[in-house]
Amino acid sequence: MPAGASALSLARPRTLKAALALLAEDPELMPIAGCTDVFVGLHFGTSGQRRFIDLWGLDELRGIALVRPEPSEAPVLRIGALATYTDIIASALVRRRLPMLVAAAREIGGAQIQNRGTLGGNVANASPAGDTLPVLAAANARIVLRSAGAERRVAMGEYYTGYRTSVRQAHELITAVEIPPVAGRQWWRKVGTRKAQAISKIMMAGVRGPVVRIAIGSVAPTVVVADKTARCLSAGGTLAEAQALLGDEITPIDDVRSTREYRHQVAQNLLAQFWRETE
Amino acid sequence: MGRAVGTSVRRMDGDDKVTGAAKYVDDLSFPDMLFGATIRSTISCGEIVNTHIGLPPEFVVADHRDIPGANHVALIDPDQPCLAEGPIRHYAEPVLLVAHADRRALFGVEARIRFDYRERTPNYDPERSDTCFKQIAIDKGDLARGFGDADTVIEGEYRTGHQEQLYIEPNGVIAVPGDGQITVYGSLQCPYYVHKALVVVTGLAPARVRVVQAETGGGFGGKEEYPSMLACHAAILAIKSGRPVKMIYDRVEDLLATTKRHPSVVRHRTGVTRDGRMTAMDIDVVMDGGGYATLSAVVLSRGVIHAAGPYRCDHLRIRGRAMMTNTPPNGAFRGFGAPQTQFAIEAHIDRMAGALGLDPLRLREINALRPGDTTATGQTLGKDASALPVLREAVKRSGYKQKRRAWQGTNRGIGLSLFFHGSGFTGAGEVKLASKASLELTATGARILVASTEIGQGTRTMLAQIVADAMALPYSSIEVHAADTDAVPDSGPTVASRTCMIVGKLLERCARDLRRKLGKLTPAEYFTRHGAVVVTAQYEPPPGQVWDDQRYAGDAYGSYAWGCNVVELEVDPVTFEITPTHVTAVAEIGRAIHPVMAEGQIQGGTAQGIGYALLEEVVMRDGRMANAQLTNYIIPTPMDAPLIDVAMIERPYAHGPFGAKGVGEMPIDGPAPAVVNALRHCGFDVRAIPATPERLMAGKLKVEELAVESFS
Repeated sequence: MPAGASALSLARPRTLKAALALLAEDPELMPIAGCTDVFVGLHFGTSGQRRFIDLWGLDELRGIALVRPEPSEAPVLRIGALATYTDIIASALVRRRLPMLVAAAREIGGAQIQNRGTLGGNVANASPAGDTLPVLAAANARIVLRSAGAERRVAMGEYYTGYRTSVRQAHELITAVEIPPVAGRQWWRKVGTRKAQAISKIMMAGVRGPVVRIAIGSVAPTVVVADKTARCLSAGGTLAEAQALLGDEITPIDDVRSTREYRHQVAQNLLAQFWRETE
Repeated sequence: MGRAVGTSVRRMDGDDKVTGAAKYVDDLSFPDMLFGATIRSTISCGEIVNTHIGLPPEFVVADHRDIPGANHVALIDPDQPCLAEGPIRHYAEPVLLVAHADRRALFGVEARIRFDYRERTPNYDPERSDTCFKQIAIDKGDLARGFGDADTVIEGEYRTGHQEQLYIEPNGVIAVPGDGQITVYGSLQCPYYVHKALVVVTGLAPARVRVVQAETGGGFGGKEEYPSMLACHAAILAIKSGRPVKMIYDRVEDLLATTKRHPSVVRHRTGVTRDGRMTAMDIDVVMDGGGYATLSAVVLSRGVIHAAGPYRCDHLRIRGRAMMTNTPPNGAFRGFGAPQTQFAIEAHIDRMAGALGLDPLRLREINALRPGDTTATGQTLGKDASALPVLREAVKRSGYKQKRRAWQGTNRGIGLSLFFHGSGFTGAGEVKLASKASLELTATGARILVASTEIGQGTRTMLAQIVADAMALPYSSIEVHAADTDAVPDSGPTVASRTCMIVGKLLERCARDLRRKLGKLTPAEYFTRHGAVVVTAQYEPPPGQVWDDQRYAGDAYGSYAWGCNVVELEVDPVTFEITPTHVTAVAEIGRAIHPVMAEGQIQGGTAQGIGYALLEEVVMRDGRMANAQLTNYIIPTPMDAPLIDVAMIERPYAHGPFGAKGVGEMPIDGPAPAVVNALRHCGFDVRAIPATPERLMAGKLKVEELAVESFS
């Protein structure tokens, strides 16, 4: 049964500063933007949230640009939290710097979802099936968190603490994702339940450069950065050795979309495909 | 004349639907209307011993004691209560009804009502059930002799799962009480089924009950029997409150509680000679009926009659049974038992061909039914028996032979299925229905009076085309009255691919009758002189059509439509994902009254069949659908549907309107076996659908292993 609309409340700040002030006062508020998952939860009655803060109007969180957070650092790709999948697909900068993110964005939902869903929302929602998360993890991205008093950056590999939980404090907002230069060939593949409008059964992002990086989604409570597998390949190990290690790094389950066995087998097959196609 | 029939005239309902003017049930409203909700069981088996209701008095609450008449949903057997009185046979069984003037007040209302249960161990396996809803036996020839003539015997077991009809508009009705009477508006296929059920539950005289179909957003069989239940619920609340009551299911409730296609287990034992002639067929069919009988008996009937496929075999035994399980009742769905059993025979044919070292196409050519042959029930086929013509056309159009050779040993596959589908009710069904259709002269033409519903498939347009041509009037001069039981005769339910062939024929007779009455006068002239005139025709079986219900033998259907599918696909070796790339769908349907709509039926049925074959899986956990959302119950999007090349062959049926037979259901019989046969061509042994990547991964076999194992 859907939650009755009359039981819900919504705050609509006009600036980021106002939003952070509201959150500082009332950490119970749930930040929302595209609402592509929030509405589903409310409709199915699976969401206990009743009070929301709508960030959609905060244009300052929307940009995509190259920035230098530190003067000494190489420029990083900074994608505002409110950048939609459509914004990402349309961005020449993202296409050049992080083509695997464009590939992932193209396969999320359908056109309507891509117009509303945001990168920050995908990160905040913390679903193990979040399609951009393996890409961000493989790219060594940092999540920029801001509160009324401070700003901090958390590496993607340290961002999630468990199933749908993260280091984000209730009074913090995700303002941007920063992606340092990625050295090497990028690779992405989503395995969904059908060719569009599908939640992922498994997806893998890979970078083949001086350092190999591999991240996989929908195979554990959080996105898995397959460090041991990647190190094995970086060090010249055989594909079979890497596949065996990968089997130990993931902990897939049976659910309504797929099976543990399938995810195990296909994760190893994807690794082989990644390695073959990036030679 | 032939001015309208055979041309794709403008759809009668098209403008209103495209512009949003068409009124669906949730668009309707009545003064003082309440909104109703259903409180359902949360166990699968046991009984309710106590009920705790924590609702303020502004809620109207009704249970079985508020039913003025008898507490069952009238259909075939009176076993299904309208509201549970104690015993519970399945999850989501309706127990209480609640109504409130504010729709939002009903959100979450089920949390304020609690039942204490005495639970019993549920059974979800139809083969271990001790309750049989229906058994059917078909025998032909001498089975022992048939096996004696065989060089080898090939066995196989084939399984199909639930499938959801997934009409876009969920179930919904409004009941409006009056002075000792009730009117129900609803999204429904069969106004007179709903009428019959309401008479039983309300205890009112038939003349005091009225059912009006609202514009309906799809049915596929899912609105054949279920609206009877929902209409009774709304009527109970309306009678208790004295106010109109609207009940609209949301998608989750519709998926959890309403009917699905019956899961099946079909076992074949077939005697065959070395050169590929089938000498004996022994077939066992088990269908999972769910918690109550509903339509299982007749679904099983159509299933067993089609179980031998479109093949000749002199010695044959078919046994079928529909069993009770503790799951929501399964019911009508496009194809009605035939997709399950024809999946089995068509998958079995390809396994036999592999075992015999024959091409599956050759095995079909040898055994396909020809004019003059007899079916499993002993029906002698007429000149329109078209198994070989559709097979040959499909093979030619698709380039089957060349692709079959070229793709051998690759991850591309091509597979074939040959199938047929009886039009109209089975056996003596049409005689028992004794359907009536009427035609009323108007000042400008004629008005069709039938209870046959427009559910998106084009009923109004197609019937008007038939009447227009039979009266030699323009199509634009024909109107169709709303399907309102106060105004139209009972032309039978809108099911069983019968609307065109049976009701269309009744209207053709009415139209010719009315035309004779007019003589040389135009409708306007006749109307001015004599006023309105109504002619009615009642169903009569074609001469010589005989059915023996005891022996299950004789003319099972007036006629059959015939189909052949060729599916081309690719298997991704990394993910086991299957991409159907092309389907050739050849259909022989007698006559296409409206070629674009007929092709639409074939395109849609084929796409729905592709979903059945590859994607659509009702995940049942403890008797409850675990994926009751469109996010996780996966139907094909346009990106998942292959290009479908449709070819229609017309071999007119003497007793159909302008030669037409049924087309609605047949297209869903063929895609699933053709998909599985194409997968076999790629080296995958799949005997259960949906053939998901997960199942395919488990079914990878080398082709040589297949041949050995087939002779077990």
